Amino acid sequence: MGGAGGAIETMELTRMQTEETSDQAKIRELDAFIQSLGLDGRDAAGRRAVLIQILHRAQGLFGWLPEEVQKHISAKLDLHVSEVYGVVSFYHFFKTKPSGRHVIDFCTGTACFVRGIGKVIEQVEAQTGTKLGETSGDGRFTLGSLRCVGACSLAPVLQVDGKTYGRVTPEQVEAILAEYK
Amino acid sequence: MTKLATGVAFAEFADAVKAAEATAPKTRIFVGMSTCGVASGAGPVYDAIAAELAASGNPAIEVVRAGCVGLCYAEPTVEVQVPGRPVVTLGGVTPARGRELVKELAVAAEPAKPLSVGDAIFKKQLRIALRNCGRIDPEKIEDYIRNGGYVQLAKILDGMKPEEVIATVKASGLRGRGGAGFTTGLKWEYARAAAAAPKYIVCNADEGDPGAFMDRSVLEGDPHSVLEAMTVAGYAIGARYGYIYCRAEYPLAVKRLEVAIAQSRALGLLGENILGSGFAFDLEIKLGAGAFVCGEETALIHSIEGKRGEPTVKPPFPAESGLWGKSTTVNNVETLACIQPILEKGAAWFKAIGTPKCAGTKVFALAGDVKNVGLAEVPMGTTIREVLEEIGGGSRDGRPLKAVQTGGPSGGCIPAEKFDTPIEYDTLGALGSIMGSGGLIVMGQKTSMVKIAHYYMEFSCDESCGKCTPCRVGNRRLYEILERILAGKGKPEDLPKLEELGNVIKDTALCGLGQTSPNPVLSTLRWFRSEYEDCIKNGGVKPPVYTVNDKCIGCRACAKACPVQCIEGALKKKHVIDQSKCIHCGACETKCRFGAIDSE
Ligand SMILES: Cc1cc2nc3c(=O)[nH]c(=O)nc-3n(C[C@H](O)[C@H](O)[C@H](O)COP(=O)(O)O)c2cc1C
Ligand code: FES
Repeated sequence: MGGAGGAIETMELTRMQTEETSDQAKIRELDAFIQSLGLDGRDAAGRRAVLIQILHRAQGLFGWLPEEVQKHISAKLDLHVSEVYGVVSFYHFFKTKPSGRHVIDFCTGTACFVRGIGKVIEQVEAQTGTKLGETSGDGRFTLGSLRCVGACSLAPVLQVDGKTYGRVTPEQVEAILAEYK
Repeated sequence: MTKLATGVAFAEFADAVKAAEATAPKTRIFVGMSTCGVASGAGPVYDAIAAELAASGNPAIEVVRAGCVGLCYAEPTVEVQVPGRPVVTLGGVTPARGRELVKELAVAAEPAKPLSVGDAIFKKQLRIALRNCGRIDPEKIEDYIRNGGYVQLAKILDGMKPEEVIATVKASGLRGRGGAGFTTGLKWEYARAAAAAPKYIVCNADEGDPGAFMDRSVLEGDPHSVLEAMTVAGYAIGARYGYIYCRAEYPLAVKRLEVAIAQSRALGLLGENILGSGFAFDLEIKLGAGAFVCGEETALIHSIEGKRGEPTVKPPFPAESGLWGKSTTVNNVETLACIQPILEKGAAWFKAIGTPKCAGTKVFALAGDVKNVGLAEVPMGTTIREVLEEIGGGSRDGRPLKAVQTGGPSGGCIPAEKFDTPIEYDTLGALGSIMGSGGLIVMGQKTSMVKIAHYYMEFSCDESCGKCTPCRVGNRRLYEILERILAGKGKPEDLPKLEELGNVIKDTALCGLGQTSPNPVLSTLRWFRSEYEDCIKNGGVKPPVYTVNDKCIGCRACAKACPVQCIEGALKKKHVIDQSKCIHCGACETKCRFGAIDSE
């Protein structure tokens, strides 16, 4: 194999290795969190009661809930994996697909609907070439929605990586997107 | 903080907090730092004031990270409380204005340039649930105690019987603010009567109704009022453990609750043997995960148990069989926030506010096409018009309002001709809507009622848990009919079909979601039927027609914004829109800073 190709391959390999170790580190962190909840001696109902809490933590660590992670949690809590998946799929907050580097969540609550979030969404979709619910080809943005963030007085509202922008107009979209590389 | 082991120790602590204030009264600068304030730029304003204060070294002035006062339209807002003077509110405050303010207060008794709010905004209001929001530091338990907080809990633990507490709450006439309006004292009485232990108390902080944000405001601005009320409720019904179920979309509320719980535990106001009374109570926060149906109490209970948030048929009511099959009392945030004032000022005081059937106040969240968006707490029986026009300031474009939507996805649209209706649970019900959580979405002339109904049906289809057929399938069919009408393919017979199907869903759905989800369709059909008929006749919603009015100063801004160059007119001359070329995009209206574009 040619030198350049080999170098790239080596780079790719190290990238994969670091990713793997960072995933392992995340699992370790998750395990430590589960440990801290003190599950020893709890019955199934008692272990189930912390499931949603653990899923929140896992999503915080991984950015989404890969199948492997769901299986891991199911084993840790001794709950059937179908039960874990049933909960994950019920709640909008839990993601079963990875997100882009930045997540744009539009508020699709009523106040924002009445105040014109629709036009803002159209503008973002056009500028990122991405549809609501999808991730842009370059992995830069994922477009999602939330049902009211409780900042209705600032409608229309969107959040980028959790930061709230209020009274957004279609004209401001370009500048907001430029803040996130 | 050291633990207060007895009621006497608490009384001494509270006295010390108050004495400190009496001997060295402070001028306080409250910066509104709820989610909405922070998003409007309150953070840098706070920093600027704090830096200026540190530089000036004036110990008589204190800057406070407070919650929201409800004047969200003017954020960032700052309030100044000079001892012995009425509070002065400033709006649209910049960091520079913040620094200037500190300098002003060093020489003048009051800040200059206050926000000129119409008297009505405050005069019509009576702040009970919101009493502390914006006027204390929610992360300091001393601030809450200074305003009388935890005094009632201490008094109760010092020898009041649980039955007496329940009798007081019952006599006050307080009804649940989460939507259904069930008498709170009765709910507590049923729970007290339930034999089995353990029992649980749950605070419903799910606030799923889009457009409502009063619970967030209480949690972010006055979390201890909820904790004290839950502890009181625990004592009254005989529960030793509680849960606060808070939606994950409210990270700041969760943080403030965590801080508050830690402080209460440290002072011994939560935990074992509270103030030496032998009564033990503790609580924890449970996070929601973005499901509207989880606001419904049986679904919420399943969610706390770690299951899918599907509702179950009532009875059995949670008071008999709730969390893990045990007696569970679910109360809304705003309901709980009324408990401390009721205990302090008495049941008769509360009962005298509002109307004979609905005692007390209700917090409304004003949003949509209204000038003064924000929160308003008014006595029950205040008319819709007073809230929308005198407090809300009417529409943004100055034209008469068209309708208001109350009760969110479970509620209905009330037309302007009914705005003189006094607000009570029953009166709103008679208009085909509900009180709900108190979200008021105000609609101007431009809003299409068919689109609003379509919006809510999309919401309900999305949020239906799918367990019962009427809700899962029925709502979808309603949605499809509306979709058809909007696409211009509706038929006149679609309208009675919508009504028939809507009523069947209401009668047959399993839980409150399905039993109310057709309301937005049924109420708009009832009050705005002609819009549906026009939509069917005209092949869809008519696009708005934009025209230029006499306010035009001829600045050409709209003409530059128009994507099809259909706006003509010389500089400084009134412009004209060529209707034959207009694509109805509304870019001109958005761009115009003089309100010179009308749309019909
Ligand atoms: C679909 C649905 C959603 C609800 N959402 C909420 C909510 O977000 N917050 C709330 O306090 N109550 C909500 N409720 C009402 C609760 O079921 C329950 O009646 C209330 O929490 C009881 O507290 P209260 O008596 O203090 O009002 C909802 C009900 C239904 C049917
Ligand atoms: S509706 Fe968008 S923040 Fe409430």
